[in-house]
Amino acid sequence: MPAEVLAAPEADLAKGRPVKARLGRDDLVMRGFMVVIALYLVIALALPLYVMLSKSFSTFRFDLTAYEFQVSDAEGSFAARPITAAELNERLRAVPPEDLATSGDGRLPATAFFPDFSFRSPVHYRIRGISEDAAFLIGSELFTGTAWQEVDSNTFRRVMLRPSRDIGFANYATYFSTPSLFQSIQNSLIIAAISTVITVALAFGFAYALTRSCMPLKGLFRLVALAPILVPSLLPGIALVYLFGNQGLLKALLFGETIYGPIGIVIGSVFFTFPHAMIIITTALAISDARLYEAAECLKASRWKIFWTVTVPGARYGLISAAFVVFNLVITDFGLPKVIGGQFNMLAVDIYKQVIGQQNFEMGAVVSVVLLIPAIFAFTVDRFVQKRQVASLSARSVPYQPKPSRRFDVLALGYCVLVAIFILGLLGICQFAALVKFWPYDLSLSLTNYAFDLMDGGGWDSYYNSIQMALLTAVAGTIVVFVGAYMVEKTKGFETGRSLFQLLAMLPMAVPGMVLGLAYIFFFNDPRNPLHFLYGTMAILVVCTVTHFYTVSHLTAMTALKQMDREFESVAASLKQPFHRLFRVVTVPVCLPTILDISIYLFVNAMTTVSAVVFLYAPTTTLASVAVLNMDDAGDIAPAAAMGMMILYTNAGARIVHLILSKGVLRRTQAWRFR
Amino acid sequence: MSSYLRIRDLSKKFGEFTALRDISLDVEDGEFVCFLGPSGCGKTTLLRAVAGLDLQTRGTIEQAGRDISALPIAERDFGIVFQSYALFPNLTIERNVAFGLENSGRSKAEIAARVSELLDLVGLADQRRKYPAQLSGGQQQRIALARAIATAPGLLLLDEPLSALDAKVRVHLRHQIKELQRKLGVTTVMVTHDQEEALSMADRIVVMNHGVIEQIGTPTEIYRQPKSLFVADFIGETNQLHATLAASGRFTLGNASLAGTTDGLAPGQPIVVTIRPEDIIPHAPGTAAAVSGGSLVEVIIGEMEFLGSFWRSRLSGTALGDEQLVADFSINAVRRLSLDEGAPLTIELPASRLIAFPAQNAPGDGARAG
Repeated sequence: MPAEVLAAPEADLAKGRPVKARLGRDDLVMRGFMVVIALYLVIALALPLYVMLSKSFSTFRFDLTAYEFQVSDAEGSFAARPITAAELNERLRAVPPEDLATSGDGRLPATAFFPDFSFRSPVHYRIRGISEDAAFLIGSELFTGTAWQEVDSNTFRRVMLRPSRDIGFANYATYFSTPSLFQSIQNSLIIAAISTVITVALAFGFAYALTRSCMPLKGLFRLVALAPILVPSLLPGIALVYLFGNQGLLKALLFGETIYGPIGIVIGSVFFTFPHAMIIITTALAISDARLYEAAECLKASRWKIFWTVTVPGARYGLISAAFVVFNLVITDFGLPKVIGGQFNMLAVDIYKQVIGQQNFEMGAVVSVVLLIPAIFAFTVDRFVQKRQVASLSARSVPYQPKPSRRFDVLALGYCVLVAIFILGLLGICQFAALVKFWPYDLSLSLTNYAFDLMDGGGWDSYYNSIQMALLTAVAGTIVVFVGAYMVEKTKGFETGRSLFQLLAMLPMAVPGMVLGLAYIFFFNDPRNPLHFLYGTMAILVVCTVTHFYTVSHLTAMTALKQMDREFESVAASLKQPFHRLFRVVTVPVCLPTILDISIYLFVNAMTTVSAVVFLYAPTTTLASVAVLNMDDAGDIAPAAAMGMMILYTNAGARIVHLILSKGVLRRTQAWRFR
Repeated sequence: MSSYLRIRDLSKKFGEFTALRDISLDVEDGEFVCFLGPSGCGKTTLLRAVAGLDLQTRGTIEQAGRDISALPIAERDFGIVFQSYALFPNLTIERNVAFGLENSGRSKAEIAARVSELLDLVGLADQRRKYPAQLSGGQQQRIALARAIATAPGLLLLDEPLSALDAKVRVHLRHQIKELQRKLGVTTVMVTHDQEEALSMADRIVVMNHGVIEQIGTPTEIYRQPKSLFVADFIGETNQLHATLAASGRFTLGNASLAGTTDGLAPGQPIVVTIRPEDIIPHAPGTAAAVSGGSLVEVIIGEMEFLGSFWRSRLSGTALGDEQLVADFSINAVRRLSLDEGAPLTIELPASRLIAFPAQNAPGDGARAG
């Protein structure tokens, strides 16, 4: 009966027999690749986040009623009655109730309940759980269950009770009832909002000057504006310390205010987010249609009116997108508020403090989840807006060509000079401070600050590690990203799998680096995880960095792949050529400029990133960017500045190499582009 | 021996939308067949099913006796040319053509020889070291064609190959492709929405509409003996006159009784009668003897439009009731009969050219492939 019911709607098509596709070898191989890379994203992203989320809901507590002790007499016979730890504690008040709450790593020595314990005593001790899941350690061995374990006194001091786990909102309750913690939400939102408004306004002016004026040296100004991308976000913090800190050159300009706090964070944030906003807004302004301006001029609209009715609405998606990108960057940034934030708490720094300072991983997870909310919100709005922006682009648009206007061009030039002074000034002060002997007392030049091996932070090895890590990230990341994008774009059918992949690929952009790093600790530092061996290696740093910067790389690759003719694969298959030959001979050569772009993006970000890797480096894998942080933390500010500038020069060098390589590649393999 | 390509009961659904419904079709070995129809009629979907690019929901496809219904593209035997050419931009013309030959066990010399042969065939031997972007659209499409036939496939599929080209180039390439196909004798299926292209190139045309085949036939059959109003209307130009069937072979239109082709229609039924503008024969006013046994009708010439090689005229008359006829008269006839706007005229409507269809003939309900 049910079969007939099901068959009914098909009746009109019932003539031919249904066809089920037989997959060719290529289809299977492509799906295989896609699944492997999706699996990578699951392991490197989804699972760690899931573990972190579950941690944030876990509370740990020593359940004293679950343990029972028995103590022997000097001859070793157990005559006394067993007694629970709870009873002992009630009698002795050895552990106050608030100390029973602990973290997942909590350990409570059993000797706490035996004040007259001596490890030389001849008495023996017995311990057992009352329930099956009561757990305790003897040495490093874990015991559970209700069987008695007997130990001598010397061993008994190595008996540790382990906490039991509860699922619930207790951590969140604690978070929101601790003003010093939830105050950070407000701080972060306000700082991010102020920085966003300032940065977008400044960047709009800059982009407007670049696209709408005929001022000279546009290329140079553009280059200068992009420089902050090449340094870690905490470098402007160091520069501000030199300028406005306790011994700063321009301290007087603050009129008694301190740079350590909101003011410093906002100025630094404007510095490091400026290029991101500038790129987005410049693009938005550059695509505007000259015909609209001609029409407006024919209608005798004033310049002011044209600005508000044509320019601003035309760039509105760019402005909104830039605003959310900047907001996201500021609220998730860790390095800058760490260096210059002083006592002013921000969410990202709270995660660090909870985890590194207090070893309270669960609370770190809670702050992470709190930080995820605005980050995901900003990300979603940005994605939505970007889609609209693309849709408004028409192939028929005529690009706007600015006309020279002496007054406006001079104004534009003056403005750009001011912005360039701001950017170059902060960078210059870092370089200057790095080169002088002892700021501000002995300003003679020396290279002592480059003797990194004498400082905390891993020395020159950090620098070499960073280069190694950035190279590995650039190579491995580009391969993974591009192959993944190719498979998801070109695989036929398999719709569910493909949309799932796209979702996974978009996720990293919404996840702040600190959150990712913390999730990695939870996931990879668990000894039961078969991937535990990765922990503390260079590999995990590379995996983390590739994952952290996956989305932008993926979108770049997708854009390039979508521009390829959809039928290439069909043609190759009809000519009995496997897809990998097409991939090698056509796809990769045609997309080579994009592939190089992705790799330089990954390289530069791997050199400057602090947030995710700060939780993951080991003594053998210290990184330059983290060294800047640690040297600054230790008071070695000049060496920190020196290392930061090393990162700048390395990235600038990498960019130049990339440029030369791109040019060469373009000439050799892209000859077809030129008629 | 059965036909080279055998399609049986093929249907394709995209979700709830039925793109193809119970298509059955045979293509003979060496034949050039065109799928013709308005956009959205399913012609490209059918081609893509044959190629394995988009699998059909139901139905079987056999090629040379082999069931290929569910085979992946690479296991089928065809060459394909797309509207976009799909030439590999970073490979030279030479390497584009050689793409399917390399990696197939052929020696370098063998490949070079075959590439030269193919480039000669499409007349572009001197362009071999250029890149696709350096060639014109028509040249690029010829390279795409050379690439498609390089491996000597049993079936050549052309997906609107000429649609992206200029009108002049299109006509030129039309002949070239047809000639090439005849020379190679390769079974060819071409999708097009351009009837002129189909009429001039195909051995047989498959007219499609709304996911079904309206008619299969040679270009002349399709043009002269449309099986449905849709075909009559879609191919070429035609007059449509509302009439009533009086008896088999006769119908009334306005106050005229006309002889026509009325196969399979019942008397009394409202019908639509079609006649092509060029089938209307002009006679001097008052002529009483028909040349071809057709009906004679007295009309007045309305507007006349000069279209270069002929005059297009609008005819009306009491005999036609409210209907108007469009007729194409040769320059010769116009001069000979001194035709002019407002002048009276006797026209002859040949019985074999007046074809009747049921009036409520909604598109898609037309005669099935026969």
